Amino acid sequence: MAVLVLLSYEKGDQIRKISRSAISAAGKLGTEVHALLVGDHLDGLSQKASQLQGIQKLLVAEHAAYAHMQAEPVADLIASLAGSYEFIVAPANAEGKDILPRLAGLLDVQPISDVVEMIDASTFVRPIYAGSILATVTSKDAKKLLSVRGTTFEAVAETGGNATIEKIENLPASDKQLSVFKELKLSQSDRPELESARVVISGGRGMQSGENFVLLEKIADQLDAAIGASRAAVDAGFVPNDYQVGQTGKIVAPELYVAVALSGAIQHLAGMKDSKIVVAINKDPEAPIFKVSDYGIIGDLFEILPQLEAALKAR
Amino acid sequence: MKILVPVKRVVDSNIKPLVKSDNSGVEVGGVKMSMNPFDETAVEEAVRLKEQKIASEVVVISIGEPKCQDTLRTAMAMGADRGILVTSEDALESLSVAKILQHFVTKEQPDVVLMGKQASDDDMNATGQILAAKLGWAQGTFVSKLELSDGKAQITREIDDGQEILELTLPAVITTDLRLNEPRFASLPNIMKAKKKPIETVALADLGVDTAVRLQVKSVAESSSVREGVIVGSVEELMDKLQNEAKVI
Repeated sequence: MAVLVLLSYEKGDQIRKISRSAISAAGKLGTEVHALLVGDHLDGLSQKASQLQGIQKLLVAEHAAYAHMQAEPVADLIASLAGSYEFIVAPANAEGKDILPRLAGLLDVQPISDVVEMIDASTFVRPIYAGSILATVTSKDAKKLLSVRGTTFEAVAETGGNATIEKIENLPASDKQLSVFKELKLSQSDRPELESARVVISGGRGMQSGENFVLLEKIADQLDAAIGASRAAVDAGFVPNDYQVGQTGKIVAPELYVAVALSGAIQHLAGMKDSKIVVAINKDPEAPIFKVSDYGIIGDLFEILPQLEAALKAR
Repeated sequence: MKILVPVKRVVDSNIKPLVKSDNSGVEVGGVKMSMNPFDETAVEEAVRLKEQKIASEVVVISIGEPKCQDTLRTAMAMGADRGILVTSEDALESLSVAKILQHFVTKEQPDVVLMGKQASDDDMNATGQILAAKLGWAQGTFVSKLELSDGKAQITREIDDGQEILELTLPAVITTDLRLNEPRFASLPNIMKAKKKPIETVALADLGVDTAVRLQVKSVAESSSVREGVIVGSVEELMDKLQNEAKVI
């Protein structure tokens, strides 16, 4: 039996990179991979999704009830398709983590969240205790429901595939509207998405104010980087919540992660420890972040950041 | 309006967890245990709703070894009215916990189950959603703002690119983001008062709920994030390392 991968996309018709990582993870299960696109007005996205590498079939479920991907109708929909699948895989992002466990409740399965490694078709590795420990788990469920981290599975290519598109005609009736969509407040940013950026530069409480994040932005401009933050910086109101990197925020693994004025709490490390190269800038030589960095500079960010910006410009 | 808040006893999240020498699990003997911080946020929110006279009763429930009583007492010292302790020596996974909670939701008939979005030990982030599905209720996950009125809950959810506002029809399961509030410290008089609040104790074995293990932990291992930590003396030196050694810029 095959594996079904729930696709996640941005408003504005971009399939998220984590969806492509989920397809790549699903490919390791050694069976046919189908993708499921759920939403409303999906013509453009269906064409894009059908070209993703690694999928043989694309299922499309289009209905106004799915426009905002609320867990109640979407889980009902996937449950109606689940009979044909041995595995159901979702990205471990806000959407997947909302929908997949609800589906598990409907199907009476113990879901497996945040999978970072597929050992075989029933054995998986997932982080626990804010990522400080890795657990190897074996599922006895006949149907396996997995959410997968984008950071450890290389994304499949956006084009080059040629999946057959199958529109789902028999959508389950959603008679009762348990939740009603009211409003979406998107953070506006011209920068790359945190989870897919090649370089991420994050600030901590030591940034002292939201205004001082301009210093990080100037460096981000030079490196086409995304900007992140520690929970402390977000809680202090310096930057919006969706900047947060860590156990309860975004999980990132860029080529280069620059941590500025950020102590390195275990909950923050959970969100960036898989980065290829980590640089720490902190005035406290005892800051734990230095122990988890490849390179560190001890000093005042207000002196170091302008120097770094100038050096990057001069490249 | 009645609110049920499940609370989990976990290894204190400020402590570095240690792997047992045979790698079979995490050492919990002799380690400081606390209420799951995500659940603490849920207790705080429920108590605030009671103080605002929106909720009439806050019931807390904990499942596990008898020591979970301490967790219930902490929640009652924060302001919860009474506790339910379900005793079990088994390690229980989210699906089993959801089934046990379902049993008590049927019995207690709360309007809202308010709970942490995940536990800081297994980070599964699943029990609330499973429970909502089992009950056929609306679910509001990762909630950073909550307003209850007239059989509805207006929630603000933390999502990938910002926030989403939904209106849920009650009854509903709502799972909390840490951002929802700043939990209080219980005062000494309230800690004393909590000792007199009632706790109903039930043995899991007497409930007839299927809690067979579906997901077995085979082994655990420490995940080291330690790196070399070369301290460079200047921005020039850092640029040289990044360009010529790491080759990332």
